[in-house]
Amino acid sequence: MSHKPRLAVFKFASCDGCQLQLLSCEDELLSLAESVEIVHFIEASSHVEAGPYDIALVEGSITTAHDRQRIQVVREQSQTLVTIGACATAGGIQALKNWGDRADYVRSVYAQPEYIQTLATSTAIADHVRVDFELRGCPINRFQLLEVLQALVAGRKPRTPTHSVCLDCKRRGTVCIAIARDAACLGPITQAGCGAICPDFQRGCYGCFGPSAQPNCDSLADWYVQDRTTHVQLVPLLRNFNADAEAFKATGDRIDPHSEPGTV
Amino acid sequence: MLAASYANHRNRILMLRKFAKAELNRLLAHLRSLGFTVLGPKLEDEAIVYGQVDSLADLPRGYSDSQQPGKYRVSQAEHQFYFEFNLGPHSWKQFLFPPRVSLSTAQLDATGWTFETPHQPAPKLAFLGVRACELAAIAVQDRVFLHGPYVDPIYQARREAVLIIAVNCTVAAATCFCTSMLTGPKCQAGFDLALTELDDCFVAEVGSQRGAEILEAITTESATPPEIEQAKVREQGAVEQIQKSMDTTNIRNVLLDNLEHPHWDTVAERCLSCTNCTMVCPTCFCSSVSEVADLSGEHVQRIRQWDSCFNLDFSYTASGTVRNDRRSRFRQWLTHKLASWHDQFDSSGCVGCGRCITWCPVGIDLTEEVAALREPPISNRRLPVIEPPPTICHLPRSPVDPHAAISAEETQ
Repeated sequence: MSHKPRLAVFKFASCDGCQLQLLSCEDELLSLAESVEIVHFIEASSHVEAGPYDIALVEGSITTAHDRQRIQVVREQSQTLVTIGACATAGGIQALKNWGDRADYVRSVYAQPEYIQTLATSTAIADHVRVDFELRGCPINRFQLLEVLQALVAGRKPRTPTHSVCLDCKRRGTVCIAIARDAACLGPITQAGCGAICPDFQRGCYGCFGPSAQPNCDSLADWYVQDRTTHVQLVPLLRNFNADAEAFKATGDRIDPHSEPGTV
Repeated sequence: MLAASYANHRNRILMLRKFAKAELNRLLAHLRSLGFTVLGPKLEDEAIVYGQVDSLADLPRGYSDSQQPGKYRVSQAEHQFYFEFNLGPHSWKQFLFPPRVSLSTAQLDATGWTFETPHQPAPKLAFLGVRACELAAIAVQDRVFLHGPYVDPIYQARREAVLIIAVNCTVAAATCFCTSMLTGPKCQAGFDLALTELDDCFVAEVGSQRGAEILEAITTESATPPEIEQAKVREQGAVEQIQKSMDTTNIRNVLLDNLEHPHWDTVAERCLSCTNCTMVCPTCFCSSVSEVADLSGEHVQRIRQWDSCFNLDFSYTASGTVRNDRRSRFRQWLTHKLASWHDQFDSSGCVGCGRCITWCPVGIDLTEEVAALREPPISNRRLPVIEPPPTICHLPRSPVDPHAAISAEETQ
């Protein structure tokens, strides 16, 4: 790219935590500003410029008909579209509605449900438009975000590992809580990126970064159910921030006798 | 005097000394005065791991562990021994072959690129409580990192600086199978001192000149015949507790001749490809090297990190991923460890410590996998030849053609 790449940040159904990671790059923000021109980032500045954009960071999932159209516009305006976070890459925690009755939820939550117009599902951006790169996490890791931006500016493939959380636990010397404490830890089937924080605090992995490469969720789930936990406890663990990620969804549905995933 | 005696007689006499348990404190203090950081077993996060040990009080005295495929527990036991437990998740590999090191750096300035290899002096470490299988594992990694055409300078510096106080196992976990791999439980070589813990003293075998020298700093006596006998009985206790075994007969060819055995599919259904077995293995040595730059691209570090053949990216090449399913990755690990390791390093890559069994999240046991791979594949199994039963009917054969008879009935 001969000019400084123009960077835009877009929000769909999400909590804003992932775009906040960009602002959390405090020490690196100045050098980042030397590499890219941030022209559309409403969380940081009310000054916004129209497209087209070289790089679009897209946070959030598609939950409304309006957003379903808006993402098409973002796609058209963006040379490279990167989705950031569990909402954008797997529908997020709000994808739990995919297993429920949308009308019932709307009635329970809102005083005047007739004003609410939503789709029956929460789905990943890649279910609607072509995505050039997915950066996982709930929230994303800001160092991985910097790596992705740096790679895009340099014109190389981003280096974000797809291996399990276990490898990072072992590299930092954390005692495996699945083995030593019978924790129902999702680390063996979850992609690294968080730095293996939870097991170091004796909490099982929640699967925030979604399924690792070629995960064997069925084997782990069967072992846990036979050895230490129940379907009742394990199904919600699989249906968490990455509930709609294919590998977690398939195993959760298989072991949940009451599972009736919603249809779009 | 002890050191002189060792120098004169090391090939002829077995030097067995004994010392009171409190003397071990003085030995640790002496090692510190020599500039060593002593690393040994400690109770942390419900496991016995390796960390800095400054005195006997840091050791997991009175604790024992229980292990089985996919499960590890440590608990207080009815004894006052300091070393009455087996291996935890850590191995000494982490200190000789660190999980993450910077290999080199590159800086860009007005004059161009400057490349540097950071030269960090190796820490002076003393390992306390190294078991026989771990000595064997260190010897395996020595062959990998020191005895081939490419010597690893980081490993070499750390390895040369290390002092080893081994401990003979007196108990065995249910996952131990060192007797199959001929690596233990008795420490044979590769130590400066090897201790056997008795009720009220340690019996120490001197394994090197340096071992003899450090022993001179504390009060020792010659071990008496009854003490030597008691040490043997305690060591035999570990042998008798070992339940697990692996048949290593012709194991290289058995595995390499069965690369398409259907059991690989069976184990791939269970395997998570999560890398835990390779991470806890004291001989696995795979790493990946990547260049990490800052945003400016002017400051670059070349980082080496532990990696694993179970990772999809590990076999990624310009033409794609070589081992693109769990079956091929598990097969790669097991056949390398037990078969092609022999071709590469002239030894097995397995020392029988059992860590990969205990720390597999779904309890995969390589000894059982090997046993299954030794079984003829069901689909190709040749059925035994069944001989026709001997004739016991002596009646004369019927002269009537049976077909003719049926036809006759049908025509009626």
